[in-house]
Amino acid sequence: MTSNAISVARILRLAILSTGALLFLAPYIFMVSTAGKAQSEIFSSSLSLIPEQWSYIENFSKALSRVSMSTLLFNGVVVCALIFVIQIVVAIPCAYAMAKLKFRAARTMMVLVMLGLLVPIHATALPIYVAFDRLSVLNSYTALVAPFSISVFAIFLFLQFFRAMPDDLIHAARLDGMSEAGIVARVIVPNAWPAITAFAIFSVVAHWNDLFWPLIVVTNQDYATPPLGLLYFRAAEAGDDYGALMAATLIITLPLVTAFLLAQKRFVEGITMTGLKG
Amino acid sequence: MSVLSLRGITKSYAGNAILKGVSLEAEAGEFIALVGPSGCGKSTLLRIVAGLDHGDTGEIVIGGRSVARMAAADRNVAMVFQSYALYPHLTAGQNIAVPLAMRRLTAAQRLPFVGNVLPGQKQIRTDIQRQVKEMALALKIDHLLDRKPGQMSGGQRQRVALARAMVRRPAVFLMDEPLSNLDANLRVHARGEIVDLHRRAGVPTLYVTHDQSEALSMADRVAVMIGGSLLQLATPKEIYDNPAHIEVARFLGQPKINVLETRTDAAGIVRFGDLVLLAKRGQAPDAPVKLAIRPEFVRFHAAGAGRLTARVERMEFLGSEVIVHARLDAIGEVITAKAAPAEAAALAIGQPVDVEFMAERVMLFDSEGARLQAEPVAIATTLEKIHG
Repeated sequence: MTSNAISVARILRLAILSTGALLFLAPYIFMVSTAGKAQSEIFSSSLSLIPEQWSYIENFSKALSRVSMSTLLFNGVVVCALIFVIQIVVAIPCAYAMAKLKFRAARTMMVLVMLGLLVPIHATALPIYVAFDRLSVLNSYTALVAPFSISVFAIFLFLQFFRAMPDDLIHAARLDGMSEAGIVARVIVPNAWPAITAFAIFSVVAHWNDLFWPLIVVTNQDYATPPLGLLYFRAAEAGDDYGALMAATLIITLPLVTAFLLAQKRFVEGITMTGLKG
Repeated sequence: MSVLSLRGITKSYAGNAILKGVSLEAEAGEFIALVGPSGCGKSTLLRIVAGLDHGDTGEIVIGGRSVARMAAADRNVAMVFQSYALYPHLTAGQNIAVPLAMRRLTAAQRLPFVGNVLPGQKQIRTDIQRQVKEMALALKIDHLLDRKPGQMSGGQRQRVALARAMVRRPAVFLMDEPLSNLDANLRVHARGEIVDLHRRAGVPTLYVTHDQSEALSMADRVAVMIGGSLLQLATPKEIYDNPAHIEVARFLGQPKINVLETRTDAAGIVRFGDLVLLAKRGQAPDAPVKLAIRPEFVRFHAAGAGRLTARVERMEFLGSEVIVHARLDAIGEVITAKAAPAEAAALAIGQPVDVEFMAERVMLFDSEGARLQAEPVAIATTLEKIHG
């Protein structure tokens, strides 16, 4: 009887989860389907998931030829990598100092970090834009990367993680003759991979998909990130060519989706942060 | 000349005095156990010696150099932590090699990739590997060198931590309760090993523990710290037989020493049952004093005509001995005796007994807790001497 009850409960659980998953996946599935339809079919009144006439090749070649997809992807990779690396290089020593060193401004810094978490980029966008304009760095990687180089979220995340690291580990490193920088490089970072991985997901996903900031500082197509490129594509080239647009979108979202699927297990580990023991 | 000397070290956190002027001298090759109840400041003292914490005042001299202003790394001390603090991402062998690599290789030589092609480093690295291997053999952990701390048992980690501390031949060895994370059997075994290693290495050692049996069994000298003060520093035998302070007497010994409050009479003599004690440095007349005696020097006899009688309340059978608790009829205090099982067989709970103290093992302390040297006097002669 109990096994029966369990199986009923399981079926119910699975049903709820599947419905949820389907709900979230529906737009993506629809996108994949639309990317393979011809223009006439997209605007036909009937709604079917499987294209009557497979026009994937046609749509993809349109998407690839009309905009420089490789530039977009390259820009995306460069911007995301730069942002991530700089964020890590800034945030890890900062979080280490706040978590493990005693200094007078520690409390003030903590308050500043908390305040920083509360201020969205949209609030500071205009002043930063004006400043970049004066410095004439609009339309450059600098303009795309600089505002995100210090991530208070990263500092906060690493701070929590480092606080859980045993003090004795750092004491041992000091007695072994390591400098503070040496401790960060040789003890903290090698043991912070779960936190770094978790942060990598947040950072890369956020900045790969970001449209708001590139839209403000970039007008030159050469520096366009993938979402911005899509926008140009729609506005200038495709107009109402949804098949090609969906194909382009598919190309742009594919790197993140495959990266996540490949490293799924590690990502989940990173987010749940199985801390270090012993 | 002492290799390590601490002079008047004080430390307070937020107005709380943790250390109240601790001074201590360690001779070459000496093993000193710092023992005391938790919160007595012993670990803080160790951290100050290591340079991980800084005292408010006081001086630390290691090997003739004053190190109070030096960074931890420059003091040439090694420490074994309670949690072992092994680097979780390195194998045992790499863990042991860290202190050597940090000292022998230059910053450039330690860089990944670049360091591997710099001249001279290869020789040093093979040398380090050889030393790690030797150390591992000495501690019988050579088969573990490729394992990470997470794959080792507590006892194995403790050995790796010891190896990491010993490998660079420090001037002073500091250990912060290194055995407290081991199970009881392993702990006794590891005690002997640490003492052996210390003998062979000959490095002066400060060993912090809250376990009195560890302190008494391992150390050349035991330093008892209570409430931020070092109350006594002496050999284990001296500190057990001849405590300088009532707190020292109370802290050491299992079961606890019996302490009875009493007073000196008008002539400055303490009388308690059959006992007559005369404090050597003329104790003030009619003053409160504490009379203390260890349970092994107390005997209970089946009721007779003694002056001090008690009633047995509780008996704990421990195999080789029996701990007997009895309440004194006169003052209602419980005193404890350690008896051989054969002796205890004659006793039963609720039974009235005569209490006998071994007079020469009774100690007197004044109301502040300081030791009063006292001398038992036979009743007849005392009375003659005092009154006659």
